[in-house]
Amino acid sequence: MSTVDSRPAPAAAPPSRVERAAAGTADYLDQRTGIGGAVKEFARKIFPDHWSFLLGEIALYSFVVLLISGTFLTMFFVPSMTEVHYHGPWAAMDGVQMSEAFASTLRLSFEVRGGLLMRQIHHWAALIFMAAIVTHMMRVFFTGAFRKPRELNWLVGFTLMILGLLAGFSGYSLPDDVLSGNGLRIADGVARAIPILGSYISFALFGGEFPGTDLIPRLFTVHILLIPALILALIGLHLLMVVLHKHTQYPGSGRSDKNVVGYPLFPIYVAKAGGFFFVVFAVIALMAATMTINPVWNYGPFDPSIVGAGAQPDWYMLFLEGGLRLMPGQTEFVIGQYTLSLNILVPGVVIPGILFTAIALWPFIEAFATGDKREHHVLDRPRNVPFRTAFGVAFLTAFFVLILAGSNDLIATHFHLSINDITWTFRILLFVGPAIAFWITKRICLSLQRKDRELVLHGHETGRIVRFASGEYIEVHKPLDAHERWLRVQHEANRPLEIEPAEDSRGVRRKGFRVDALRQRLSRVFYEDRVEPVTPAELAAAHSHGAHDALPAAHDEHAGELTGASGGTRHLAADVENTEGTDSTDGPKHP
Amino acid sequence: MKALAARRHHRFAPVVLLLLALLLTGAVYAIAQPASADAAQAAASESDIAAGQKLFQANCATCHGPNAEGREAVEAGAGGPSLIGVGAAAVDFQVGTGRMPAQMNGAQIMAKPAQFDDEQIAQLAAYVASLGAGPSIPTDEQLDTTNADVALGGALFRTNCAMCHGVTGAGGALSQGKWAPALDETSPAHLYEAMLTGPQSMPVFNDANITPDEKRDIIAYLETQREGSPGGLTLGSVGPVSEGLWAWVIGIGLLIGASVWIGAKSS
Ligand code: HEC
Ligand code: HEC
Ligand code: HEM
Repeated sequence: MSTVDSRPAPAAAPPSRVERAAAGTADYLDQRTGIGGAVKEFARKIFPDHWSFLLGEIALYSFVVLLISGTFLTMFFVPSMTEVHYHGPWAAMDGVQMSEAFASTLRLSFEVRGGLLMRQIHHWAALIFMAAIVTHMMRVFFTGAFRKPRELNWLVGFTLMILGLLAGFSGYSLPDDVLSGNGLRIADGVARAIPILGSYISFALFGGEFPGTDLIPRLFTVHILLIPALILALIGLHLLMVVLHKHTQYPGSGRSDKNVVGYPLFPIYVAKAGGFFFVVFAVIALMAATMTINPVWNYGPFDPSIVGAGAQPDWYMLFLEGGLRLMPGQTEFVIGQYTLSLNILVPGVVIPGILFTAIALWPFIEAFATGDKREHHVLDRPRNVPFRTAFGVAFLTAFFVLILAGSNDLIATHFHLSINDITWTFRILLFVGPAIAFWITKRICLSLQRKDRELVLHGHETGRIVRFASGEYIEVHKPLDAHERWLRVQHEANRPLEIEPAEDSRGVRRKGFRVDALRQRLSRVFYEDRVEPVTPAELAAAHSHGAHDALPAAHDEHAGELTGASGGTRHLAADVENTEGTDSTDGPKHP
Repeated sequence: MKALAARRHHRFAPVVLLLLALLLTGAVYAIAQPASADAAQAAASESDIAAGQKLFQANCATCHGPNAEGREAVEAGAGGPSLIGVGAAAVDFQVGTGRMPAQMNGAQIMAKPAQFDDEQIAQLAAYVASLGAGPSIPTDEQLDTTNADVALGGALFRTNCAMCHGVTGAGGALSQGKWAPALDETSPAHLYEAMLTGPQSMPVFNDANITPDEKRDIIAYLETQREGSPGGLTLGSVGPVSEGLWAWVIGIGLLIGASVWIGAKSS
């Protein structure tokens, strides 16, 4: 693994005619566009290598699959709510009255060659697109890749996620089947729950009373033009920023905030990435060829009077459904002639609003608490930032509980439970679950850090037990090599901020103290509990003693003798009393 | 169970009244038309009725009373409604799907492997039918779906049944641990009888509500649902939740596996 700046020229053979022609064309283009310099510059970009850096690529490639399959679908889909009677090969719908949108989806499924496969590719790709976005986002979050200078790119990515949600929801609604109609009805309800503006918003969206006849054509424009164009533009911006900032890298020896270690984009990365596109396409195509998705022919055309049991949205919208299912219905109030539907407003608008705002602003919140204005290009190991990691896990726990709550009827029927009990359990879990997850994750992070300290100070256990003449046993430890050690000591633990006092020496109130105090309080919440990495001094101390510096002197002698031969050793007997000594932090710690 | 039964009776009081009215009409009709199929079946054979009565007294009387007049639940928990006038269809459904004789646990009496063979079920049905006129077991002709309108059946199913059984008939949850079962394995006769008699929390769909022809259409529709999906595996036909689950498990699972593999290849 190395930074490659220049590559040796390929062994020279006399150029063939084709090669000469190609070179001529390239030269022609280069002289007129100057593209050669850009290509050279770009091709030499170094990209670090790690599997988790491919998650964003999965999102990108599934989007390309969406574009390809979606373009096919547009050629046959008719975005119209004109009522027709279906006549075609699907007997269970023969003669049924439906919108042209639904009829064309049936035609697409059963009459257009390859149409059903394309529909299924499109829909599976949509699910995978969103799942890849979420996992990619998790990677960025837990490794702190959003820190300066990448905050803006985090915002671009966040917008892409929202656009993905909208793309999915608008696409899901296009076929005009019972299930998607139920979803739209819920969206209509949520819009109406907004005080004062609600009914105007609903009427504006639907062009009158739900469902109206305008919606599908409108959604079509949104789904195939507006959103894909925005996504495409933002993906361009997103990737451009990745190139400008250079990619982050995981910590390791030789990697710093000032370099990038990896392979050049061309040819290694281009080959890999190009190959990976086909892997993504293959997985999606495999799923589409073998597993039914959204069998609208079973659901039937939308009719406002029909509501099926177990009507659910696609997975990425399920958390909203879950919120609605959990919220007690008694929170609807009638004030005069107005209805305030808190039962819908809170889970449908307020809570997602808060959650999404928290996600969008996280880099800024964290920077505020840290007071750190430096650039970061080396990623955090999640254990080294316990608060952030714990917060992320708590967030995901809440998200997961909401998803389960959105599936409460399936849980009830599959496990023979009462849906009322399940709902109550989830209501409680929604609050308790994240708290527990937070606590556990933070504990795990802190103890992993302690384990790192242990390793650095004392080395690996070898399982070799030595008995001294005095009858004492010790286990021989093998010291870490430089790479292993660097990984565990390179970071710095964030500490709570110290701020200047409220009044200066002459007793004058200081401007900005309030903000500073808030910042300090926040940074205490973030960084009060921590484990500091081993400092060179500590390491030297541990080595010179050959054992733990806090060990009783009597033991030290023996240990010291042994160090020369086998490096760090640790006394089994002293182990228990001395673990406390391994984390010499100043803040309060330990539960 | 007692409270449950009480609530149920309270809730379905109008239905019971309706049934009584129908029963009266039926009785009058039976007297006026002694040669009808119902009467023929009810009068099927004295020996069947007698055999049915014996079986009934041995297996059902603890709950339904010695003469099927119904019995209040006592402490031990056994109790059941009167079966006078529920008809042969109810017996064929309840005993044929193994719901009766009931096991009292859980929020809803469960279907289980039938405990009686066809002949015994017929005898029990004959006995209960002899107690008072009620819906009879559908004939083969009534269940013949060759000329059924599948599309109409689907529309009727979505309007009348989907809110409990789901749009594809995969079942759904009701309140307090009750549920509407999946309909993918129910026999045509039991489908018909369930509509006709409305077991437990399910409403009755009498012949005025959904005509015999329409019932047949619904059955035909549900049968086409069993032919599998043109799109591949059905994933349980429970909709987007299972699709999402598989997108994560298979899709993201495979892709992350591939990413790790590609990542591992290089370093
Ligand atoms: C453990 C008690 C118990 C036993 C034993 C029992 N039943 Fe029932 N049965 C019930 C209860 C309770 C109901 C009412 C279920 C409901 O609708 O909530 C019922 C309902 C029925 C019904 C439906 C009535 C209607 O209104 O449609 C029929 C028919 C029936 N039983 C027949 C039988 C037969 C035949 C047997 C004997 C093989 C039998 N039962 C044994 C408790 C019992
Ligand atoms: C109010 C909800 C509800 C509606 C509406 C409803 N059902 Fe049911 N259905 C139920 C419940 C609950 C059961 C389970 C009853 C039991 O176990 O005794 C059931 C049971 C059945 C069964 C028996 C399944 C088996 O395998 O044992 C069939 C068949 C059935 N329903 C068909 C229908 C059809 C057809 C319709 C529409 C015409 C319909 N149901 C409408 C709630 C409903
Ligand atoms: C330029 C890009 C896209 C085009 C041209 C396009 C086109 C279409 C068309 C024409 C339909 C209706 C046909 C049908 O439903 O069978 C459709 C459906 C759908 N689209 Fe897209 N789409 C694009 C991007 C996306 C994206 C980014 C997502 C989600 C993240 C998405 C999710 C869906 C879904 C879930 C459906 C419903 C599919 C179904 O079940 O049939 N689409 N799309």
